[in-house]
Amino acid sequence: MIKKTVKNVQEALEGVKDGMTMMLGGFGLSGIPENSISELVKLNLKDLTCISNNAGVDDFGLGLLLHKKQIKKMISSYVGENAEFERQMLSGELDVELTPQGTLAAKCQAAQQGFPAIFTPAGYGTEVAEGKETREFDGKMYVLEHAYKADFAFVKAWKGDEAGNLIFKGTARNFNPLMCGAATITVAEVEELVKPGELDPNQIHIPGIFVQRIFEGKNYEKRIEQRTVRQK
Amino acid sequence: MLDKNGIAKRIAQEVQDGYYVNLGIGIPTLVANFVRNDINVEFQSENGILGMGPFPFEGEEDADLINAGKQTITALPGASFFDSAMSFGMIRGQHVDLTILGAMEVAENGDIANWKIPGKMVKGMGGAMDLVASAENIIVAMMHTNRAGESKLLKRCSLPLTGVGCVTKIVTELAVIEVTEKGFKLLERAPGVSVEDIKKATEGTLIVEGDIPEMKL
Repeated sequence: MIKKTVKNVQEALEGVKDGMTMMLGGFGLSGIPENSISELVKLNLKDLTCISNNAGVDDFGLGLLLHKKQIKKMISSYVGENAEFERQMLSGELDVELTPQGTLAAKCQAAQQGFPAIFTPAGYGTEVAEGKETREFDGKMYVLEHAYKADFAFVKAWKGDEAGNLIFKGTARNFNPLMCGAATITVAEVEELVKPGELDPNQIHIPGIFVQRIFEGKNYEKRIEQRTVRQK
Repeated sequence: MLDKNGIAKRIAQEVQDGYYVNLGIGIPTLVANFVRNDINVEFQSENGILGMGPFPFEGEEDADLINAGKQTITALPGASFFDSAMSFGMIRGQHVDLTILGAMEVAENGDIANWKIPGKMVKGMGGAMDLVASAENIIVAMMHTNRAGESKLLKRCSLPLTGVGCVTKIVTELAVIEVTEKGFKLLERAPGVSVEDIKKATEGTLIVEGDIPEMKL
C-alpha cells in the first residue's frame, strides 16, 4: 500500500504559492473542502485562480477568500449567492470566467483522464462559444473546450483510507471526484480517515491513485444554504 | 389567468409515465407537486441525484442532500447519487426525457435567454446551457410579460442567449404555446383569457388556427 496520509492541514497544503490555480470541490456549500479553505485564508495567499462551481456565500466557503481579496480569477458556473463577489466583479477587481456547469465538470474530468479537450454542445451559439473552435458532428454543432490545468485540487470526501481511497456521501459528491487527479497535487480531506482494509473495495468512488495527500478534517460546519422543510 | 401554481399544474399534464424529468428553479420546481400519483416519474437534480423526493421534515435536513437550488431534499426509494460529470452525461446523452425551466425571453425560433442581463445581473448559467443544448423536450415555464409589461415571447431575443433553437413548448399565465418552424403556435388559452389578450402580450409571430380551447386544469 502506498501511504497518502499527512499529519494535518498545514502539511497537506505544503507548496501552495501566490498566483497558483486551485480546483475546489463542492456544489453550493455542500461538499466543500472546509479545512483547506480555512488554511488558504490563514496563509493569506494572493492572486489565486479558483476553479469551483460556485463561489461560496459572503461569510463562508470561497466567500472567505473573496472577502480578503485573495482571488484574482474565478472560474465557475453560478455565483449568484455572494454580494461581495458581485461587487468585485462589477468593479473589475475580480476576473470571472463563467462556464456551463456540465462543461466545467467535463473540463475537470478531461484533466483527470488525460484528454486535452472535449467537444460539447453546451453554449453553442452563445457568448460562451465566442472565439472557440466549433465543429459539426452528425448535423449538430459542438464547441471545443480545453481541459483545465491546475496546481492543486482540494476535495472533500465522507470517508477515506490511508491509501487515499475515497467515498462520498449524497449530493456532496458533485465535482469532488472529478477534481481528483486533475491537478498536479490533489489534497483530500475526509470526515473519517480509516486504516486500509476497512473500506469495502467495491464501494470506493475514487481510487487512491488520484490522491496525493489525505487527512482527517476537523470541526465541519456543513452549513445549509437553503434550509427547506415540509410540515408533518 | 393562471398563477404560478396554475402554470405548474398545466405543465404537470405534460409529464408522462416512465419519464425522467429535470426541473429548474422557480415555477418548474412546483411542477413536482402536481404530477399525477398514478404514474411513475423520477426527478433528476443536476447536482447529482435521480429519484429526488420532497423536502425533509423539520429536524431531518441533511447538508449532504440538496437540490440544484441548494434546498434541502430527500431521496426516494430507488434513488441514486452520482458526480456532476455523470449527471451532465445523462443530460447531454439525452437520457432525461423532459426538461422544464424558466426564461427571461424566448424567441419564435426557439432561442432562449435566461442567464444574464448585461450590466445588471450576472449570476451565471449554472446547468442551463447544458440542459438546453442537449434536451429534446424543453418546456419553458414563465410569465408572458416582464414587470414592465413587455412581451417575453419575441421575434428575436434581446438578451444574451442560453441556447439556440431549442425550446419546444411554453406555458405562461395566459397560454400554452408550441414553438414551430413558422413561429409561436397557440394551443390553449388560460381560463378567462381571450385570443386577443394573448396576441397583445406576444411580440413574436403568433399562429392562431381554428378555435383555441381553454386549458383543462
